[in-house]
Amino acid sequence: MKDYKLSKQIKRFSLILIILGAIGIAFGFYSAPSNIDESKEILANMSQDDYGGEYVDDVHGGGYNQEFGYEALSHHYDHDKHVFYQLQNKPWAAIYVPALFFMMISLGVLAFYAIQRASQAGWSIVLYRLMEGVTGYLLPGSILVIIILVFSALKFNHLFIWMDPEVVAYDEIIRNKVGYLNIPFFFARAIIYITGWVLYRNITRRLSLKQDTNNDVSVHKKLFKFSAGFLVFFLISESMMSWDWIMSIDPHWFSTLFGWYVFAGMFVSGITTLALITIYLKSQDYLDFVNESHIHDLAKFMFGVSVFWAYLWFSQFMLIWYSNIPEEVTYFITRIEDYNLLFFGMVVLNLIFPLIVLMNSDFKKTNFIVILTGIVIVIGHYLDVYNMIMPSAVGDMWSFGATEIGGFLFFLGIFIYVVFKEISKAPIMVKGDPYVVESKTFQYYNLD
Amino acid sequence: MSVKRLHVMFDDDDVLLDAVKEIVKNKIYIYEVYCPFPVHGLDKAMKLKPTNISIATFIYGCIGFTVAVLMMYYIMIVDWPQDIGGKPSFTLIENIPSFVPIIFEMTVFFAAHLMVITFYMKSKLWPFKAAENPDPSTTDDKFLIDMESGSNLSKTKNMLKKMGAISIKEVKEQSEK
Repeated sequence: MKDYKLSKQIKRFSLILIILGAIGIAFGFYSAPSNIDESKEILANMSQDDYGGEYVDDVHGGGYNQEFGYEALSHHYDHDKHVFYQLQNKPWAAIYVPALFFMMISLGVLAFYAIQRASQAGWSIVLYRLMEGVTGYLLPGSILVIIILVFSALKFNHLFIWMDPEVVAYDEIIRNKVGYLNIPFFFARAIIYITGWVLYRNITRRLSLKQDTNNDVSVHKKLFKFSAGFLVFFLISESMMSWDWIMSIDPHWFSTLFGWYVFAGMFVSGITTLALITIYLKSQDYLDFVNESHIHDLAKFMFGVSVFWAYLWFSQFMLIWYSNIPEEVTYFITRIEDYNLLFFGMVVLNLIFPLIVLMNSDFKKTNFIVILTGIVIVIGHYLDVYNMIMPSAVGDMWSFGATEIGGFLFFLGIFIYVVFKEISKAPIMVKGDPYVVESKTFQYYNLD
Repeated sequence: MSVKRLHVMFDDDDVLLDAVKEIVKNKIYIYEVYCPFPVHGLDKAMKLKPTNISIATFIYGCIGFTVAVLMMYYIMIVDWPQDIGGKPSFTLIENIPSFVPIIFEMTVFFAAHLMVITFYMKSKLWPFKAAENPDPSTTDDKFLIDMESGSNLSKTKNMLKKMGAISIKEVKEQSEK
C-alpha cells in the first residue's frame, strides 16, 4: 500500500482545464452587453437568424405573473431593459451554475460521509479518506459561490431580482417576503450554513487523522456524535440553502419539496463523483484494498438515489402540472417551452439511463460501466442545476457556448486540483477505526 | 458397503457454511440443507445454479407496465374521457403525468406478486402442503444437512464431527420422490 502523491498529470490536467475555462469565461464577459444599446444590437443580430423579434410576455420565468405582474409592469416594464438584464446575467449564470454544482457535489459527499459515520457503516471505511478529500473542496467551493452572490448583491448582475429595491418597490409578492429575502439576512444565513458545514468537516477530519495514531474507541464515539448532530443541522441548512441560492432566483415561485429535490441531486452526483475517483485511484494502484464489492455498493447507491431523485422530480412536477395554479405553473411552462430538450433530456440522462444500465447486478461491479454511467449522471445533474438557474436568470436567451462550457471546465479544474491535493495530504487508508477489518474483507455474498 | 443417507445437525450458520464447503470438496452429494433463515452464500457453497428469478421479475414488471398503460388508455381515453380539473383527457401523451403513479404501482404490483407466486411454484409450496423438513427444530434454531454418507461412512462422520456437527443421524434410504 502506497500513499497517494499528487501526480504531475493531474496538476497539468487541472491547470489546462482552469486556463481553458478562464478563456471561455472571459469571452462570455467580453461579449456580454454593457449597456442597453449593445443589447439591442445583439438582439437584432439574433433576429436575423432565428429570434423572430416577437416578444413573449413572461420571459422572466414567472418573475411576473398574471395577477400582480401587469399592474407592476405598466409602471416600469421595458422589454429592452429586460433583455439587457438577461444578456448581462448570462455569463454570471454560466459561472454560477458550475460553481453551485461542484460545491453541491462536495456537500453531497459530506452528507454521505456523515451518514456512514452516524450509521457506523462497516463497508465504507476504506473510502473515508477519499470522501474527506472531496469534502476538502467545500470551503473553497462555497467561497466561490459566495463571491458570485456578493457580486449579485453589488448589482453587477440581475440574477436575484429581489436584491433590486426598484423591483421590490413595484412587486407586491416580493414586498411581502422582504422579512426573509433581504441582503443582510441572506448573507448572514449563508455564513451560518457554510460555517456549520466546514466546522463539521474540519472537526471530523482532525478526529479521523487522530484515530490513525490512536486506537482509542472514544474517538470513534465522538465521530458518531458529531455526525449524528451534523445530519440534523445539515437537513435544515441544506433545505434553506436551496431556497436561498436557487429558489429565490424565482422569487414568486415556491415548492415545498425543493430542498429534498436539490438534496437528492447533490447526493447522487456526490456519490457518483466518489465512485469515479475511487475507480480512477484504483486503476492507478493506490487502492488495492478496495474490491469489487465496494464498487458494487457505490453503484447500488448511484442506482437507488437516481431513482429517488426522479421520484422527487416527478412529485414536484406532477403536483404543479395537475393543480395548474398560475403562480406555480409558470416555472414549468418556461422550462417546457424554452428548454424542452434540456428539461426532458435531463430526465433521460438522470433516470432512464442509470435505471436501465445499472439494473443488472454484474454491471454494477464492472468499472467501465460504472464510469460510463457516472459520467452520464454527472452531466445530467449539471444540466439539472442548469435547468434550475438558467430559465429564471436568462429566460429564452440561453445557449451552450464558450461561456457555459468554459465555466464548467474552470470549476472542474479547481475541483480536481483541490480534491486530489487534499487526498494526497493524508494516508490513503484510515487506521484505528474499529471497522477497518470488516471493511477490508467486505464481500457482498452474491458476487462471485 | 452401501451408501447411506445422513441427517447432520448444526447450530450455527457459519459452521454450517464451512461444513457444506468441506462436504462439497469431498464430492459427497447433498440432497438439501434446511435452515431457519436464509444463509448468505449457501447457494454458492452448494454449487447451485444461479437463480433466474430476477430476470423473471423484470419481465413481470414489463408486463405490468404494459397492462397499466393499456388499462389507463382504455379507461381514461377511449371508454370514458373526462375533464378533471381543467385537464380534459383526450390523448394518452398529454395526460401521461397523471397516469404515471398508476403505471408505477401496477409495475410494482405485477413484479412483486408474480415473483412471489413463481417462487412458491418453483419451491413446490402451496396451501395444505405437508412439511418436507425432516426435523421441526430447523424452523427454530438448528440447521440440518440432508446428505449422502459417501463410500466411507466412518471417515465422513469423523470429518463432520470435526466440522462442528452437533448430531449425525443415519436414516433409512427412502425411495427418491
